[in-house]
Amino acid sequence: MPKAYQHPTFAFTPPPELTGAAGKRRPVLVVGAGPVGLTLALDLARHGVPVIVLDDDATTSHGSRLICMSKRTLEIFDRLGAGAPFRAKGVVWNTGRLFFREAEVYAFDLLPEPGHGWPAFMNLQQYYLEDFLIQAAAALPNLEIRWNNAVTDVALTATGATLGIETPAGAYRLTADYVVACDGARSTVRRALDLPFVGRMFEDRFLITDIAMDADFPSERWFWFEPPFHDGQSALLHKQPDGVWRIDLQLDGDADPEAAVRPEAVRPRIERMLGKDAVFEIEWISLYTFRCRRLEQFRHGRIFFAGDSAHQVSPFGARGGNGGVQDADNLAWKLAAVLGGAAPEALLDSYDAERIPAADENILNSTRSTDFMTPKSAAIRAFRDAALALARDHGFARRMVNSGRLSVPAVLDGSPLNTPDRDAFAGGLPPGHAAVDAPVLAADGQDDWLLRSLGQDFVLLLYDARSDIGPLQGVRQVSVIPAGGAPAPGCIVDRDGLLQARYAMTPGAGYLFRPDQHVAARALWPDAAWAAAARDRALGKDAIG
Amino acid sequence: MNGLLTEDRIKDPDALYQALVDAHDGLSAAESLQLNARLILLLANHIGDAGIVAAAAASARASVLDDRARGGDSTA
Repeated sequence: MPKAYQHPTFAFTPPPELTGAAGKRRPVLVVGAGPVGLTLALDLARHGVPVIVLDDDATTSHGSRLICMSKRTLEIFDRLGAGAPFRAKGVVWNTGRLFFREAEVYAFDLLPEPGHGWPAFMNLQQYYLEDFLIQAAAALPNLEIRWNNAVTDVALTATGATLGIETPAGAYRLTADYVVACDGARSTVRRALDLPFVGRMFEDRFLITDIAMDADFPSERWFWFEPPFHDGQSALLHKQPDGVWRIDLQLDGDADPEAAVRPEAVRPRIERMLGKDAVFEIEWISLYTFRCRRLEQFRHGRIFFAGDSAHQVSPFGARGGNGGVQDADNLAWKLAAVLGGAAPEALLDSYDAERIPAADENILNSTRSTDFMTPKSAAIRAFRDAALALARDHGFARRMVNSGRLSVPAVLDGSPLNTPDRDAFAGGLPPGHAAVDAPVLAADGQDDWLLRSLGQDFVLLLYDARSDIGPLQGVRQVSVIPAGGAPAPGCIVDRDGLLQARYAMTPGAGYLFRPDQHVAARALWPDAAWAAAARDRALGKDAIG
Repeated sequence: MNGLLTEDRIKDPDALYQALVDAHDGLSAAESLQLNARLILLLANHIGDAGIVAAAAASARASVLDDRARGGDSTA
């Protein structure tokens, strides 16, 4: 049996506020050291904002939970300096197979395109994700994680928020300019503010199990509709590192949830799937109720909600965790810009303007997947089965089969921070898109990636320009030398011409990227006035619309 | 209005109707339910316009709900 992950126990340190030190006001408190809270804290700290993360536990995630990390998530972790262990440990997969009853209906390929630093998806248990981000956090002196610090109450004022915190050494209070609730679906902060969710709850549940076994199944995503081994419900098999396999089994709406999660009830279900002789150990069992809902707003004055505390989706699209990481990515640079005086507080309103449409897109996709997997009547089931049956022979029906629409980066195309195109590009990435990677040569001639060159600053990327456009406050200018050119100081070389192709670059053209690497503006002939106006707009100084 | 053509468009309605009837020949109720679902999906793909399909679905639904409002039974 492969070696299992050992959960660390992080030391509880009595906070200074309990040992006589005056509780000083903090710029940002993050509630919850899960994937979203850790991403946000790392991003804030790397932008120079001191941050304290409060977590009511003292270890990493119990169970694998979020296992499917999207390219965008991996790119964000890489930007935060935490990429290397993910690359070393994650399981890359490209193929998904769909089965209907006994037979395979079709297989899809994520069609990995060459010339990207990260794969489309990587599977990794959430405890590893958290472990890797915690290790990266340990290297940052302005990032403090306080374990066994449970938030118990919240007081919101016009200029900040105060949290009541319970610890093994006693209770204390902390006041901050901003609080970000990354404390999950059962968010204490959300309940303290009594904020309702809007959306749908489904009766359907999935039994989620991790098993450890030596198996030679390929690194593929297998999804069954009505398999013979599981009483006509859906099932999923997905590989994780360490010989751990995720098995999701849909349960009847009327199944007794408490009985269903007992190991003696789970084991025979898995034996029916893998065969009587399969040797495996059950590592973790959980029950997931389908829900597709969100808060009406993610910003409430000085308190923000990110990840599952703000919105929840059904699994199978990898849209929950990856959506939450994008929330953190969206919020961190804005808080840093406002706290550092580079942007007005109005910039923070764009968090709702950008992330609510993104959450709605995830909820829409997740709701449709759930409806496909859980037909509510005989006629609706007939459509589902018809699509699956026709999928054997017809491409159009394959595209209807919905076992989850996989997470893609949100396109912030309605954002007030975007500067609309004034020039006609022949393709490329319009404002709002997340940057797309491309292989480049760094100034020293070494292989590098575009996204790594962009980093976490505002960057004006100028293609085949004779010169930069003069000094521009708060914006780093990077010149791109077309493929075949020689590396030069302050420049990158478009090694394979893919940067030119992916951005529809023409000589002199430029893109302005935000610190979260979304396109803020682009122009065929950028000049200083245009770039300054686009930067100001992206900083919320021009909040029209 | 919504793009759905509802005026008389079929040259030989009897032949078309017979094609639908013949398709169900000898099928069980469950098989016929499947046939109808597959038929709708094939026709929907032929139309290729979600707006038209939605308009047709809405029209059919309104007709069923109209029966309900009259106290009738669509399945009678």
